[in-house]
Amino acid sequence: MTMQQEVGLNSHAIGREFLTFTLGQEEYGIDILKVQEIRGYDAVTPIANTPAFIKGVINLRGTIVPIVDLRIKFGLGHVEYGQFTVVIILNVGNRVVGVVVDGVSDVLTLAVEQIKPAPELSATIDTGYILGLGTVGERMLILVEIEKLMGSSEMALTDEAAA
Amino acid sequence: MSLDLSQFYQVFFEETAEHLGAMESLLLNLDVGAPSMEDLNAIFRAAHSIKGGSGTFGFTDMTEVTHVLETLLDRLRKQEMTLTDDMVNAFLRAGDVLAMQLAAHRGEGEVDAAEVRSVCEELNALAVGGASSAPPAPVVAVTGKQEEADYGFFGDEPVVSASDAGYGFFTDDAQPPQPDPGYGFFDAVPTPAAAADPGYGFFDDLPAPVSSEGKAVEADAGFGFFEDAPGSVAVIEDARGYGFFRETPSQRSVRENKQGYGIYEEHEKADEGQPAAAVPAASPGRRATDDPQADGVRAGKRATDRVVAAPTDTSIRVSVEKVDQLINLMGELVITQAMLNQAATHTDGVMQERLEHGLRQLERNTRDLQEAVMSIRMLPISFVFSRFPRVVRDLAGKLGKQIELKTLGESTELDKGLIEKIADPLTHLIRNSLDHGIELPEKRVAAGKNPKGTVTLNAFHQGGSIVIEVSDDGGGLNRGKILGKAKERGLPVSDDMPDADVWMLIFEAGFSTADVVTDVSGRGVGMDVVKRNIAELGGRIELDSHEGSGTRTTIRLPLTLAILDGLSVSIGGEVYIAPLNAIIESLQVSETDLKTVGRDGRLLKVRGEYLPLLPLHEVFNIAPKARELEQGIVIIVENEGRKTALFVDELLGQQQVVIKSLESNFRKVHGISGATIMGDGRVALILDVNALGAMVAQHQAIAG
Repeated sequence: MTMQQEVGLNSHAIGREFLTFTLGQEEYGIDILKVQEIRGYDAVTPIANTPAFIKGVINLRGTIVPIVDLRIKFGLGHVEYGQFTVVIILNVGNRVVGVVVDGVSDVLTLAVEQIKPAPELSATIDTGYILGLGTVGERMLILVEIEKLMGSSEMALTDEAAA
Repeated sequence: MSLDLSQFYQVFFEETAEHLGAMESLLLNLDVGAPSMEDLNAIFRAAHSIKGGSGTFGFTDMTEVTHVLETLLDRLRKQEMTLTDDMVNAFLRAGDVLAMQLAAHRGEGEVDAAEVRSVCEELNALAVGGASSAPPAPVVAVTGKQEEADYGFFGDEPVVSASDAGYGFFTDDAQPPQPDPGYGFFDAVPTPAAAADPGYGFFDDLPAPVSSEGKAVEADAGFGFFEDAPGSVAVIEDARGYGFFRETPSQRSVRENKQGYGIYEEHEKADEGQPAAAVPAASPGRRATDDPQADGVRAGKRATDRVVAAPTDTSIRVSVEKVDQLINLMGELVITQAMLNQAATHTDGVMQERLEHGLRQLERNTRDLQEAVMSIRMLPISFVFSRFPRVVRDLAGKLGKQIELKTLGESTELDKGLIEKIADPLTHLIRNSLDHGIELPEKRVAAGKNPKGTVTLNAFHQGGSIVIEVSDDGGGLNRGKILGKAKERGLPVSDDMPDADVWMLIFEAGFSTADVVTDVSGRGVGMDVVKRNIAELGGRIELDSHEGSGTRTTIRLPLTLAILDGLSVSIGGEVYIAPLNAIIESLQVSETDLKTVGRDGRLLKVRGEYLPLLPLHEVFNIAPKARELEQGIVIIVENEGRKTALFVDELLGQQQVVIKSLESNFRKVHGISGATIMGDGRVALILDVNALGAMVAQHQAIAG
């Protein structure tokens, strides 16, 4: 686990840009290069017999895109949908996936020394998907390996993962 | 000067494949008794182009085969020999060998060297065998020599020097072309051997023109490729300072040469999908500037030919991806237009009328545009049909039967995706007709029929479907035999089953009534695969047979794979699409029609039949509006002969939907075959009737 984190950090020694978003009281960061766009939440067609955090699919300019609610997945925040609900459209592993979050904050560049390895802890989010913890002033960012998370079996987003 | 020829390999491969295809179809249509000189010439030219191309690109193995082939063809063409069936067979085999070699060069397979040798020997033997009967021996010798000269030339020193030499020869417009007799050699007009003779005599006396003519031919072959992509290739050529295209005079002379030789005619006619537009369009102008004396009458004649030929040949090669992208965008436009329409109903006042007027216009244009875009993916079914004459010929020979293949409606268009997938099932059906359907000639005569059996392929549009029929005038299916076999295999059959049901038995896996298993068919593997393949394409297959007079298989396919005729239904506010072709009927039923079997099994009695009932709201975990049977509606769907009653809230309407993949960004969802986008921009899921049918038993066990 630590091995992987070190490799992940070393390969980006100069510092990386992260899009930060909030889930409840927590702040998360994901690699900005994985983000395709940010849009509102509407017209989701539910799909039967899927986990509760998979809200369904939307029509993104002709492409059928699944929507995952990270608030439900991580058990954080107030799960309600309105005109201020934000969906981050990600482009991970040649797939397009939308994730629902509480709100998008900003884009931050973090230098390597600002990123600390995450301690092993038992949480709803497996530390395997955490790249590290970013420190910006008093804020702590949980940096998520979003590609790995979205491809994981617990997200049940792909055929292989679901099988 | 070195030139990387590998960049042209792809062009050569495609072009050669086309030449081979053209050659094969010409050979198959050839009347052995009285071959048309035009066809023989066309075959010769195809072989010659392959030879020239393979020589240029250094594929000497192909050059060798075509060389032998060409020698024999040349003698036929000059009427020094008469065409025999053996020759046609040998030519066809040679074509196969060439295709095999081509595949090997593409890196898709191995060359069977023994087969190559045996074909060459066979061709040589035929060429020599006929020689004794042909009187003008010297002519043969000279021809041979000239070919050899060409050949050696190809092998040793490819394009560069050839082009230079050819270039020098062509630029000089003032240099008088060879006298007509020399050209006669290449002309499409039937040329008696006597007429060719002076030409050869001429070569003998003056060696120089001979060699330049040889080079001219060589240069032709080279040009044949570059024509395929005039824009890009020509530019590359220029950039590399490659002699051919640098100056207009050379181009003109090349075209002039073309007019004279007529070899290009064939290139253009044979090449489907080649950007011929540029060439014919340019030609008339150029021709006008050419020295009228040099080719007066001939040019005039060709010009008229060209005018007729040009419209059919004007096409371009485009990658399928681009077309698919276009179709996707088209789908978007349709949806946007529907959205606008919906929005317009909420406006009022003066603007509304103008807006509606504009929207109506937009709707019309969108519809036209959609049709036009969809038609890009459409190809005539002759793409599939064209391979069957060969199949029939080979098989009939192997089986010792006399069979004629008739094809009708070759211009019927269907989706490219369907074309690719329909070929295998059709081949199978035709092989079946040949092997099991058509009887041996003696048997046919005994039955009072023409000893020559007929297999007919017919394609036509009917409603929103494409219908393809494969029919034969053979023995027909034997009802008793099929029933007997079915009983043997323990299938549930009875003697008073309707014919249609009996015929469907042959689509069961492993079912065969053939007494002997041959290498053609009879193992009982196949018809079930055919049926499955057709079902995968969203089509249906039907059989009709009369003992003693033949069998007809009818395949019905949707027009395209991208669009589905669907019935939209609602279940608790969600919209689902049921494929229309699977729906038999929809009806309202009452609670009294519902029977239970055990605790969980629910059956619906419809017109005396008991059908398993599957409430979709249970399958998809939705709170329905209609809790009682009377409030909702039941749709009866059929798949693979299994009927299922699906219970939904209400029917919304029938519409064509564009099928979108759910799997490209998500995964397979059980009971759902895909998704589509509705007029309001929302996603609706398309029901997988097949999976739902299979789900019935399983689901009811869970639901209980």
